[in-house]
Amino acid sequence: MSVLTLTIEGRDVAGQTGGTILQVAGENGIHIPTLCHLQGLSDVGACRLCVVEIEGQRKLFPACVTAIDEGMKVTVNSERLAAHRRRIVELLFTERNHVCSVCVADLNCELQDLAVELGLTHFDLPLLSPQASVDATHERFGIDHNRCVLCTRCVRVCDEIEGAHTWDVMGRGTEARLITDMGIPWGASNTCTSCGKCVQVCPTGALFEKGRSVAEARRRRPYLPYLVAHEGRTR
Amino acid sequence: MSKPRLATIWLDGCSGCHMSLLDMDERLLEIADRVDIVYGALVDVKEFPEDVDVTLVEGAISSEDDLRKIHEVRRNTRILVSLGDCAVTSNVPGMRNQIGPAAILERAYLENVTINPQLPGPMVPRLLAMSRPVHAVVKVDVFVPGCPPSADLIHSVLDDLISGRVPVTAGVTCFG
Repeated sequence: MSVLTLTIEGRDVAGQTGGTILQVAGENGIHIPTLCHLQGLSDVGACRLCVVEIEGQRKLFPACVTAIDEGMKVTVNSERLAAHRRRIVELLFTERNHVCSVCVADLNCELQDLAVELGLTHFDLPLLSPQASVDATHERFGIDHNRCVLCTRCVRVCDEIEGAHTWDVMGRGTEARLITDMGIPWGASNTCTSCGKCVQVCPTGALFEKGRSVAEARRRRPYLPYLVAHEGRTR
Repeated sequence: MSKPRLATIWLDGCSGCHMSLLDMDERLLEIADRVDIVYGALVDVKEFPEDVDVTLVEGAISSEDDLRKIHEVRRNTRILVSLGDCAVTSNVPGMRNQIGPAAILERAYLENVTINPQLPGPMVPRLLAMSRPVHAVVKVDVFVPGCPPSADLIHSVLDDLISGRVPVTAGVTCFG
């Protein structure tokens, strides 16, 4: 395997043939914003947050799926890229119903963090406010399509690591939705192993463990006999 | 030179942003010394005054009353600040946008009511079809997201505005 040399952000760096711009940048401590990328899973270039400029090329390239080349000159930070990245996050926020304040992932969310990192303080685009459902048929987990950004991390972890391929995507554009098996309720899936990997890799509050959200904290019912036994004593 | 004239207004929000404002504790005294508070939940003034330098708006634009008020506020305000997620994104009030006002009213005033269920009369401002962020209706000069924005952030925004600086909120506060 041969070594290629290139410059990223004006710095001379080297990487192996077949390596991606994102990989080599990371190895050299150069940060590129990402969302659909997750170390250990294949890259699909779904979110486009990692777009970079390559000298001599007019279009932008997603760093996670663009292989390095000898003599390549890559720009990671520019006004143009910052504007595109902000707009991408804005599109994600306005396409579904992301209400951070009442989300299970509040303060634990990569989309929320990206808005801060990229300096997004409000949306110029109108909110689409689509009708999106919640599937809580699985015993331990739930999916809230209102919060989904279609990064497909869940699809990839389920396929590539767990080997179950329970998750996939159905529909196109704003109609695209995650599905379990052939579009049946998650609880009825007979391929899901209930391993929970999808929940752990989800960057937002779309996939969640039950019992964690504000209104559904599990009650400790055995406590009731204590109350009944002590009824009246405090009056 | 006279002090800057400061107003606050509470539209479709939970008052949490005003609570966070009060949470500035002793810094309230310092701010109060540097401005004239001419309108808001803390001032007994019925009509929104003219010639206001800074107005902090809490809440989304959800009713005909909110709509009338925000236009009045904008007409009389030099720097309009969207304070908190409801003003900035419509947040929780906006969660009804996918359901519609008719269904919401039916649920709240008829379905879940046991005694004398009835839809609100003319005394209650009529809901707009959509609950919208303030900047979807009028021009907004400063955005302060957060649910609520912290007292420290509100203090630094006010400090900047009173001193004639433009506050920078990008990168320092998150939604939620």
